Amino acid sequence: MTRWHDFIEKDGKAPAWPYPIRYDQEQEIETDVLVIGGGIAGCWAAITAARNGAKVALVEKGDTIRSGAGGPGCDHWCNVPANPLSPVDPDEWAAAMSEMPYCNGIGNQIQCREDWDTLVEMEQIGGKIRDTEDEYLGAEGRDKKSKIMISPRYTRNIGFGGDAAVRRPFKSNPEGKLNNCTIRIWGSTFKPALKKECKRLGVKIFDRVMVTSLLTEKGVQGARVVGATGLNGRTGEFMIFKSKASIVATAGDWSLYLLNTELAGYNTFRSRTITGDGNAMAFRAGAELTLMERTGVMMLATGFKHTWYGGAGDASYENVQLVDANGKKLPWPTQGWADGGAMRPTQKDMEKIIKGIHSGDYALPFYGDFPGMKDVERRATWDLMLKEESTCKIITDSYEKAGYDPAKHLLQNYSFIEGNSPQQWRTAGGGGPLVDWNLMTTLDGLYVAGENMFAAGDHSYAAATGRYAGRKAAGYSKQVAQGKAAREQITAEKKRIYAPIKRTAGIDWKELHAGIARAMQYFCSEYKTELLLNMGLDALKEIEEVHVPRLYALDPHKLMRSIEDLNLLTHGQIIINAALARKASSMMLNHFRIDFPQLDPAEWHKYLTIKLANNKVKIGSRPQKYWGDMVKNYEKYNKDYTGVYKRKK
Amino acid sequence: MTQKKTYALPNITTPNTNVKFNPARCNGCNHCVEVCQCDVYIPNPVKGQPPVILHPDECWYCGCCVNDCPRPGSIAFNWPVQQRAYWKDKKTGKVLRDSQA
Repeated sequence: MTRWHDFIEKDGKAPAWPYPIRYDQEQEIETDVLVIGGGIAGCWAAITAARNGAKVALVEKGDTIRSGAGGPGCDHWCNVPANPLSPVDPDEWAAAMSEMPYCNGIGNQIQCREDWDTLVEMEQIGGKIRDTEDEYLGAEGRDKKSKIMISPRYTRNIGFGGDAAVRRPFKSNPEGKLNNCTIRIWGSTFKPALKKECKRLGVKIFDRVMVTSLLTEKGVQGARVVGATGLNGRTGEFMIFKSKASIVATAGDWSLYLLNTELAGYNTFRSRTITGDGNAMAFRAGAELTLMERTGVMMLATGFKHTWYGGAGDASYENVQLVDANGKKLPWPTQGWADGGAMRPTQKDMEKIIKGIHSGDYALPFYGDFPGMKDVERRATWDLMLKEESTCKIITDSYEKAGYDPAKHLLQNYSFIEGNSPQQWRTAGGGGPLVDWNLMTTLDGLYVAGENMFAAGDHSYAAATGRYAGRKAAGYSKQVAQGKAAREQITAEKKRIYAPIKRTAGIDWKELHAGIARAMQYFCSEYKTELLLNMGLDALKEIEEVHVPRLYALDPHKLMRSIEDLNLLTHGQIIINAALARKASSMMLNHFRIDFPQLDPAEWHKYLTIKLANNKVKIGSRPQKYWGDMVKNYEKYNKDYTGVYKRKK
Repeated sequence: MTQKKTYALPNITTPNTNVKFNPARCNGCNHCVEVCQCDVYIPNPVKGQPPVILHPDECWYCGCCVNDCPRPGSIAFNWPVQQRAYWKDKKTGKVLRDSQA
């Protein structure tokens, strides 16, 4: 009896809710540093704050042992120029990364200076970062002495595109050696080790608790953040956290544009728990957010079709030669040593492939030619890289159980055979709270780390920035007293979050989520105009005023999902407001306004910001590279930092 | 044929069996209940029995429940039919697929 309906058929009734019900009951916790989100960034923030002498509470919606996008695993530690095998200077690498418009230069600088230190600490607490068992002797990129395995990624250039194969000159690498800026890791060992270290350091972990709002001094929007409220997704208990400093380490909202559980399950590349909570709560508290207009097509997981790293996952193109149905090689980069880790064909090659499909030169379907690889490279790809990456282990294990042998079998690739539509627009690489060199937001006492700080979701970035935010928040907490939360704010929040359990009919969270997603698909995807975006705001307002008051939940779990929906709704509203504010198109922001077609006009080269003041939306801006001189500012703000980093001569 | 009582049930969520438990092997330690970030499972009301799959539609296929099981063989992944993989024997050219029941 492991299925729900088994119980109906056996006993004629559903099983009782297995956890105590504690709706409305309050638990109050006082701490120095509150960390919101227990993924990679959150764990590192908690560990580092605790190591810096702070009393720390870590709040996580799932269980810290495997939660977050990086919970199951990770195969690459990217942008780690400070590692001893890289000839490139970290500051030069950070500057090169930050040439990309609309990046987060502060985060880039932190990552390049500190993520080797972070990786070394990861090893000290039990993470595997070297081929200690000599499983991959002779593999390209494996350093004999340190047993570190360098990845082909970024060996010649930065990025995955067609340019990855073109060598980019670095002053600090005059001989043009391989950059060696990405390390292959055994990331599945990381998350349990991080949780264990949190516990060892006395971090108070609150698993299965969703933070629902930030508390501000005297309840004033825009004032100092003095804590947060939470909801236990199993018991429905209400949590009140009072903290001197708080760190938001949640992530984006990867399912804002899509709810598609039926038949494929909840597979949008990230789990349902990632619902933009951090941005929504920071926005409501009055923090300034930026780059919220950046949305785009996620090329990797199409949602309605096969899912990359899903069951029939397209594990068939990383580091492996793609061939057509007759075994003919395709001009598709292998993401391997030969092409510097390029992932996508150049536009010219892509056109050649498409033309070849139509003319019959390239027969569909395509395959990844694992048998054609050298044994050690195949093992390094299949057994190390794929098994350690994200959710891939369960896929490769399933294939093997079904008889797949990479030494004998070509693995089918799903590109083209499904056609191009429906496309899946989403908020991958979206925005977040604006940060300064302390990773503090525009709200006093509120810090941000990881993907939430308008940056790409990248394991080492999350780790390094989490560690940095933990250090800064701990320092801040020593200089201030506890703030004063307002009871009225807590009461209003309780009223908001418990509303769905007080109803017995209406709509459930899945229907509401799908409704929000539909409004986003209609009014804020590829074709953006003033009229459409305003219709989108109206559609979301109607959902807020008509359908949200009908939302009902049967148990604490569904209540938590309902509250997540309200965050998705807020996130959608922020995005549309930001999209309306940017009256220009931008290539880098995937922001294409039909009514303002000129791409990236000079006067729009700026970060737009959005915040609430007296519950009214206010738009502001910051110049490109608002962070100033990256090296000088990093050093100014980190005089006391003693990492292993030494400037390379 | 023994006639089982027929209840009026709605269509069940699909997929509804994202994993298969082996009750002979699983000792109901509920480690999988804990590692799941979505709370797909709840503990079985009968102690020592495999967990109940309550929210299979929220499974994002991370696999941690299977990967981290302290008694391997207690729990196996069961991909939805539309998520099964195809491959081809390089020597014979025969197209194969994941046909695990």
